[in-house]
Amino acid sequence: MGTDLESLTRQATLSRGLGRSYGDASLPAQGVAEVVGTRLADRMLAFDEQTGVLRAQAGLSLHDLARTFLPRGWFSPVSPGTWYVTLGGMVASDIHGKNHHVAGTIGRHVRALRMRVASGEVLEVTRSSHPDLFAATLGGMGLTGHILEVELQLQKLSSPWIWRESIQCPSFDELLEGVAQSAEAWPQTVAWIDTLATGKHLGKGVLMRGRWARPEEAPARQPRRGLQPTVPFLAPSWAINDLTVRAINFAYYHKQIVPFVEGPVTPHSWFTPLDSIKHWSRAYGRRGFTQHQAVIPREAGLGKVREYCELIAKRGGTGLLCVLKDCGPEGEGLLSFPKPGISVPIDLPVKPGLQDFIDELNRFVLDVGGRIYLTKDGFTRREHFEAMEADRLPRFREVRRTWDPDLKLRSAMSQRLLGDPG
Amino acid sequence: MRVAVLGATRGMGREVARRLATRGDSLVLLGRTPAALDELATDLQVRGARKVSTVPLDLADPTSFAPALDAAKAFLTRIDAVVITAGAFGTQEQLEDDVELCHRVLDLDFTKTILLCEEVRKRLLADGGGQLVVFSSVAGDRGRKTVGLYGATKAGLSHYLDALDHRYRSAGLVTTCVKPGFVRTEMTAGLKEPPFAADPDEVAEVVVAAIDRQSPQVYAPGIWRLVMLVIRHLPRFVMRRVGF
Repeated sequence: MGTDLESLTRQATLSRGLGRSYGDASLPAQGVAEVVGTRLADRMLAFDEQTGVLRAQAGLSLHDLARTFLPRGWFSPVSPGTWYVTLGGMVASDIHGKNHHVAGTIGRHVRALRMRVASGEVLEVTRSSHPDLFAATLGGMGLTGHILEVELQLQKLSSPWIWRESIQCPSFDELLEGVAQSAEAWPQTVAWIDTLATGKHLGKGVLMRGRWARPEEAPARQPRRGLQPTVPFLAPSWAINDLTVRAINFAYYHKQIVPFVEGPVTPHSWFTPLDSIKHWSRAYGRRGFTQHQAVIPREAGLGKVREYCELIAKRGGTGLLCVLKDCGPEGEGLLSFPKPGISVPIDLPVKPGLQDFIDELNRFVLDVGGRIYLTKDGFTRREHFEAMEADRLPRFREVRRTWDPDLKLRSAMSQRLLGDPG
Repeated sequence: MRVAVLGATRGMGREVARRLATRGDSLVLLGRTPAALDELATDLQVRGARKVSTVPLDLADPTSFAPALDAAKAFLTRIDAVVITAGAFGTQEQLEDDVELCHRVLDLDFTKTILLCEEVRKRLLADGGGQLVVFSSVAGDRGRKTVGLYGATKAGLSHYLDALDHRYRSAGLVTTCVKPGFVRTEMTAGLKEPPFAADPDEVAEVVVAAIDRQSPQVYAPGIWRLVMLVIRHLPRFVMRRVGF
């Protein structure tokens, strides 16, 4: 770990940002002792106040970017559910946000990358200079080269506050219809769903839609994150159970006393509700947890989304803040996650039976023509992944062969899903 | 504010400089490696610093102090505050085994740091006052098994800073002694992380607030005030037994 990525990456087989992905994407391949940590390489290199183009080292965190640029009226055009991510990690995961249906993934807003490829060369990579490498790197999980610098187009904001509407929906159909209808008028939409509600309450949730507030709607002061309580140590493994999650979900559904709430909120709480609790993941205890996130394609129909949620509810997939998102068109990243349909993430405590459950979810996803989000994955089997990505994977492998014939760049994930050697 | 910072290219110093830059302060970066200073200067400029310059200063070489501070003042026209976070580090084992390293840590973290503070003191007092912000450490609060030698320099430094504040605050020189706990920086990379470990950015937030409040002493993060209160009062037979 250090500030000089150019020398650190010379021999390395993988770079890692803040390590917030849920699976093994940032872990070294078997037989490799270390990966490069980029988080100290977080210098801003240039910003053009006229055009909003920011260039920075790959280790710059979105948290830092927000603090620096929100007061100046700029922000990343796409924000994931946590700001404890680096620019390099955002590109490698080709992250999406609540505005995917209008803004696409972060890749759409990346203008250039500075990369160290497997040969050792350091290249300035753009859409036009190296189209294949650029597309493979968006969502390429760091397997195409070390990302050293990122040039990103920021978005000019009407104010640093978010105007949001939040609507309780007692049923699945209302919830999903609400998301679909909101998509046209609202740049940001998601549906929070109570994963433990079953039967006629299945799909009970809260529809949330938002946009950057107009100046006259925004409070005069700068938005700030409130007090950040912390989970100071690992909780016992049983701390997150059906009962506690039921209580949390109940509180979340009813925290708005009336069914409809609107008003300005801070971008912190809008984009990253969980960041407001430091070290929240410790609540899952020593065994930890993983996630699984799949997109159920539009052509499969909403009925399949419902079936999928029933499957999760039936197996008691205990989860905090399960948020459905209707995704827009597919981006240019060769292995990018989103495609038109509904994306469903689920938190899964690590316990016996997890592998079977994930296999079952993946068989369902495969059946309906969906796919999974690699950033959230640590347990999918190679055959399932290869079947889901039958169309796109050969192209990705081909680009990798061109730029890294010896598969120098690899990770625990690439061994598991792509069959890379140890 | 117009601030000169020594030790801004790394760790906590870097995050303090960034927070000052983000709010539009003017900065002079003092240090040994021009390339690293220039890189950070660009970063601070992008983050919104009013103006930034770099000036060579080597903590190991006291003859570099006066010219560096002159140059800093020439650029800023007036220095409101000087932040000093430079120094050397070694674990207790490293320092016990390596006399040369031990000498270097004792010399830089105590003698040279205080000589620099003295140079700053004279200049700030001559200009009618200002603020001196120096990074000591919780390691100086109690002699502990794991930080005996390093902690000794910090104990001495804290003592000096305490006295400095008593002596000159009425004359306009405000002294702020910063006592960080365990912070995840390049300096501590590879060490086992104790509870309450913090990121440099969390420390910087506390430090900048302390600069604004003109506090004579600040623990960062604040929880260490409590932790050290307890540790300072642990009886000797307990200190002999526990591992820290």
